[in-house]
Amino acid sequence: MISVNRSGEVWVFAEQEDGSVHDVALELCGKARELADRLGVRMGVVLAGWNVRELSYRFIGHGADRVYLVEDRRLEHYQTQPYARTVCTLIEKHKPQIVLFGATALGRDLAPRCASQMRCGLTADCTDLDIADVPDPAAKTTHKSLLLQIRPAFGGNIIATIINPERWPQMATVREGVMPLREPNLQRKGEIVAEKVAFEEQDFAVRLIERHREPRKVNLKGARTIVAGGGGVGSKANFKLIHDLAGAIGGAVGASRAAVDGGFIDKAHQVGQTGTTVRPALYIACGISGAIQHRAGMEESAKIVAVNWDKEAPIFGVAHYGIVGDLNQVIPMMVKAIKERPKE
Amino acid sequence: MPYHSIVCIKQVPDTANVTAEAMKADGTVNRAALPAIFNPDDLRALEIALTVRDRHGGTVTALTMGPPMAAAALRECLYRGADRAILLTDRRAAASDTLATSYILSQAIKTIGNYDFVFCGRQAIDGDTAQVGPQCAEKLGIPQVTYLEQLVELRDRTARIRRNVGNGWELVEVRLPVLVTVLDTAAEPRPPAARRVMKYKRARVRAELEAAVKAESEAAAGGKPLPADQLDAEVERRAERLRCAGLMMEQWNLDDIRADLAWCGLSGSPTKVHRVQAIVLTKSGYTEIPATEEGVRRLIRELVVDHTLG
Repeated sequence: MISVNRSGEVWVFAEQEDGSVHDVALELCGKARELADRLGVRMGVVLAGWNVRELSYRFIGHGADRVYLVEDRRLEHYQTQPYARTVCTLIEKHKPQIVLFGATALGRDLAPRCASQMRCGLTADCTDLDIADVPDPAAKTTHKSLLLQIRPAFGGNIIATIINPERWPQMATVREGVMPLREPNLQRKGEIVAEKVAFEEQDFAVRLIERHREPRKVNLKGARTIVAGGGGVGSKANFKLIHDLAGAIGGAVGASRAAVDGGFIDKAHQVGQTGTTVRPALYIACGISGAIQHRAGMEESAKIVAVNWDKEAPIFGVAHYGIVGDLNQVIPMMVKAIKERPKE
Repeated sequence: MPYHSIVCIKQVPDTANVTAEAMKADGTVNRAALPAIFNPDDLRALEIALTVRDRHGGTVTALTMGPPMAAAALRECLYRGADRAILLTDRRAAASDTLATSYILSQAIKTIGNYDFVFCGRQAIDGDTAQVGPQCAEKLGIPQVTYLEQLVELRDRTARIRRNVGNGWELVEVRLPVLVTVLDTAAEPRPPAARRVMKYKRARVRAELEAAVKAESEAAAGGKPLPADQLDAEVERRAERLRCAGLMMEQWNLDDIRADLAWCGLSGSPTKVHRVQAIVLTKSGYTEIPATEEGVRRLIRELVVDHTLG
């Protein structure tokens, strides 16, 4: 652990794979830039890999003042221990006050290993971050400018705000898609700081034999419109209605956990706490009762239309438009109305 | 070649099925009304450990940290085939965050010793952090392999593991010992074996015996408890009988695992909960659209006008 260091930088771990930067790392840069400005400190990025130097400029464009670059042939593919040693070595050297990771499969593998080694706190899956002074009545003091780490907890039934008052850095993983991806400023200037890390043999105990990546077929995060079906759709065959409506609008197909568990559609389409968090311009929920886990993943959509026969369904609590009725009749009506819609 | 596995399990409130009965009048969740269940990912971790033992020999030790009621989850492990069950319970461990929890579990794992695998579920449904596994691995100084989907091969103390990383998979090779976190898609958990249920339903930890003896003596004496030494003697008598039948589950506290108290509980937890807001189901009101051709057409027109639809 490092002690409280108010001049410490705000850091983002630069998740990249095969030289391609993960969106969440750029989303985090936007947020980290904002936090750093409020704290009056620099924003830094830890970029590890092999032949990744040119990615530095993308992070500088997204707000980094400094990119700490660690290039080593053995870092070409992510492995927990060498990456954890990299991050921890740099934390000990530069003493940042905040370190943020994407809450991806990789980030959720790496961050806890680092936090354990640093013996500092770590908050998983944050959906928002803020800076505030926090009074500590027991110690009759106020912790100045702490990072507020805001996350859903207890199956999404509560929202908790977590702080790490003393044992720094303040570490958090942040969910993909919850921070807006800002436009880069290609004129921004920043510094690339090449760093060396001394690895040990045991860091490479896990050997990668084979890897396989699937192109993301389902792009829920980037969709402007999502039509989602739930358990109320009733069957895999009937899920065609959802595909039809999505096709008519030109939107993506989403699903609730009930629909996925029912085998109506692949898990890649799942929206919600254990699926993808989305915030499209329009979200049409058909036959979805609106369990809290589902709502947590879609309630920030700009417009929500709910179709459900049960007027007490919780989905109506987050809807802007509600249609109480049988989706088997309503969806074909919507398809027809969309095809015949007036053009603006 | 036999392999020894330790499986870390957790009893959790069933947060995935918050029923109407579990909602309070103000719209928040009444945690006490949620049933306690075996954390789903952990059940798969147990299954992988049992499969390793069934194929290669060795042992499976189930370990949990929690209040005495968590002993119910340990019995579930025995029903399914675990060889040994250990409850780590201590009031001084209360309010531990993931870092303190992983310290305590790693001390318990070191106390058990002589292991090849530590299996954990990927994450628990009450916290959803997925942190305790990797943090334990770091504290134990062993490699971690997260998101196991399949244990592909196990030979000469070297495991080949297929991990699902969301947008694809990886096959990795690692020398044991290793800590592995297991996905809920990894294996179908075996059901409890009827014969083992018959045998182990009487298995107890000491805290359960203490509570039972106390309750029985109070009931018998009309609310007046027996002196402490008599209660202790009765607990010891029952414990001995269970021990002889192989039904006494181990119960450890922080002293048993030589834990440094500075790293446990509240003092060992760098994260503090600053504020908790219950999510309240609000009826903020929405525009109700009649389920008619005309109603739907009006809705679509409105969405086009405000540029929601192109």
